[in-house]
Amino acid sequence: MSHFSPTAAVSYFFNYFLMKGVLVTIGLTVAAVVGGLILGMGIALLRMSSNPVLAGAARFYIWFFRGTPLLIQLVVIYSGLPQLGIKFSVITCALVGLILNEAAYLAEIVRSGFMAVSAGQREAAWALSLSPWVTFRRVTLPQAFRLMIPPLGNSINSLLKATSLASVISVEELMRRSDMLMQEHFQILEVYAAATAYYLILTSVWDAVQRRLEKHFGRSSAAKTRRVATSAPVAPASVEARA
Amino acid sequence: MSEMSMSMEAATMQPQLRDVPAVRMEAVYKHYGDFTALNQVDLKVARGEKIVVCGPSGSGKSTLIRCINHIEKHDEGLIFVNGVELDHQRKNIDAVRRDTGMVFQSFNLFPHMTVLENCTLAPMTANGMSEAEAKDLAMHFLTKVRIPDQAEKFPGQLSGGQQQRVAIARALCMRPKIMLFDEPTSALDPEMVKEVLETMKKLAEEGMTMLCVTHEMGFAREVADRIVFMNEGKVVEQAAPEEFFKHPKSERARTFLDQIIH
Ligand SMILES: Nc1ncnc2c1ncn2[C@@H]1O[C@H](COP(=O)(O)OP(=O)(O)O)[C@@H](O)[C@H]1O
Ligand SMILES: [Mg+2]
Repeated sequence: MSHFSPTAAVSYFFNYFLMKGVLVTIGLTVAAVVGGLILGMGIALLRMSSNPVLAGAARFYIWFFRGTPLLIQLVVIYSGLPQLGIKFSVITCALVGLILNEAAYLAEIVRSGFMAVSAGQREAAWALSLSPWVTFRRVTLPQAFRLMIPPLGNSINSLLKATSLASVISVEELMRRSDMLMQEHFQILEVYAAATAYYLILTSVWDAVQRRLEKHFGRSSAAKTRRVATSAPVAPASVEARA
Repeated sequence: MSEMSMSMEAATMQPQLRDVPAVRMEAVYKHYGDFTALNQVDLKVARGEKIVVCGPSGSGKSTLIRCINHIEKHDEGLIFVNGVELDHQRKNIDAVRRDTGMVFQSFNLFPHMTVLENCTLAPMTANGMSEAEAKDLAMHFLTKVRIPDQAEKFPGQLSGGQQQRVAIARALCMRPKIMLFDEPTSALDPEMVKEVLETMKKLAEEGMTMLCVTHEMGFAREVADRIVFMNEGKVVEQAAPEEFFKHPKSERARTFLDQIIH
C-alpha cells in the first residue's frame, strides 16, 4: 500500500467522529482563552501592584508557567496530582492545565498593553475629574486593548495548536481522534491530512477574525496613534512556541 | 444658552469669597528620592490673575503646576485652591480638580475618541450631564477655540495646534475656575504657536485665572500680571513683566533671559 488515497482523506475530513474532535478542540481553545484572560488579568494586576509580595508572586507564577513545558504541566495535573489525592476528570485536567498555562502568557500581554498607555493619558483623565472606574473603562482599557490585539491573536493561534497536547492525557480532541482513526485503519497520511486541514482552517479563520478586530479597533488610527502603537514595548511573549 | 457663556466668575461671587485667593502655597516641598524638586515654595495667586511661570529646564515649573491639581503629591507645606486645602483627602482632591483645568505640553487627548467625545466624556460621566447637553456644551467651546468643524475627527487627524485647542476646549467643558498650562506651545511647529496663544489670550481677556508655564515672552509681556521665575526648585523672583524683563533682580534670571531672548 504505497500510495496516498485522496478520497480516503476527504472521507476522513467528513468523518463525524473526527468532526466531534474538532468541536472539542474549539471548545478547549475558547475555554482556555476565556479562563486564561480572566486569570491573566488578575495576575497582570498583581504584577503591576506596588505590593512587592503580590508582584513577586505574580512574577513567580509567570516565570514558572512560561518556563516549563505545557506537556509536563498537563501530565503532572493528570497523573501526578492523584498521588496527592487530588483527582479531576480528564477534561477538567486539560482545562486546568491550558488555563493556568495560557494565563501566564496573557498576563504578560495584558500588562505590556497597559504599560504602553502613556502616563499622560491617566493624568489627563485625573485632571478632568474622571473617576478611577471611568478612567480605566473609557481611557486606559480601550487603548491597552488595541495594543493587545496582535499579541493576543498570536497567543490564541498557538493555543489552538497547543490543545493537541491534551491528547497525551487522552482528551478526545482533534489530535487524539486522528490517532484513534489512524490506529484503526492505518491510513496515516490520509487521516493526518484531514486533521491538518482542520487545523489550517481553524487558524486561518482565527487570522481573519484577528485582522477584522485589528481593523475595527484601529479605526481611529491616524498618524499619532500608529506612532504610539509601534513604539509600544509590547512583548511578543506569545510568539514563542510552547509544548 | 446664556449660562454657557464664559461668565465672569468674579461678578457673581460673594464678596467674602472674592478675598480667598485662587491658589495659596505655603512652604511647599516636593522630593523625588534625594532630589528636591520644589524647595520651600510660597505662591499666592489672586482670582482672575494671570501668572507666567518661567525658568530653566528642570527648575520645577511642571512640578509646581502639577502639585496644584494633585497630579503630583507635595510632601510638605500647604496648598489651598479656592480655599480648599489639598491635604491628600479624596474629597478635597476631587473638589480641587473640579475647579482646575489642565493643558499639557503633549496635549494628552484620548486618541481613540473623536474630538467631540474627548470633550463630552468628563461632563457626562463626572457631572452627569445628558449627552445632548454635553454636546451643546462641547460645541460651544469648540466654536470658541475655532474648530467646530473638526468635532467628528480623531485627534490624530488634526494638526498639533488644532489638537492643543481641542485640549483647551476639553478642559473648559468642565467649567474650571483656574486653568493650568504646562508649556502648551513647546511641542508645536512654529507656525501653530500663534493660534494656541491667541486662544489663551482670549481666555485671559474673559477673566480666567491662569497659571502658565511658557517661554513665550511675547505672550508673557502681553498677558501676564506677574512673572514667577524659578530655579532649582525655588521661586527666585516674582515681578510684573516689564519690571522682570527690564530689571531682573537675580543673576540667574539675567542669564536665563539672555539665553531665551538672545
Ligand atoms: N517622576 C519623577 N521622578 C524623578 N525625578 C523627577 C520626576 N519628575 C521630575 N523630576 C525631576 O524634578 C526636576 C524638576 O522637574 P520639572 O518640574 O519637570 O522641571 P521643569 O518643568 O521646570 O523643566 C527635574 O530635575 C526632574 O528631573
Ligand atoms: Mg516641564
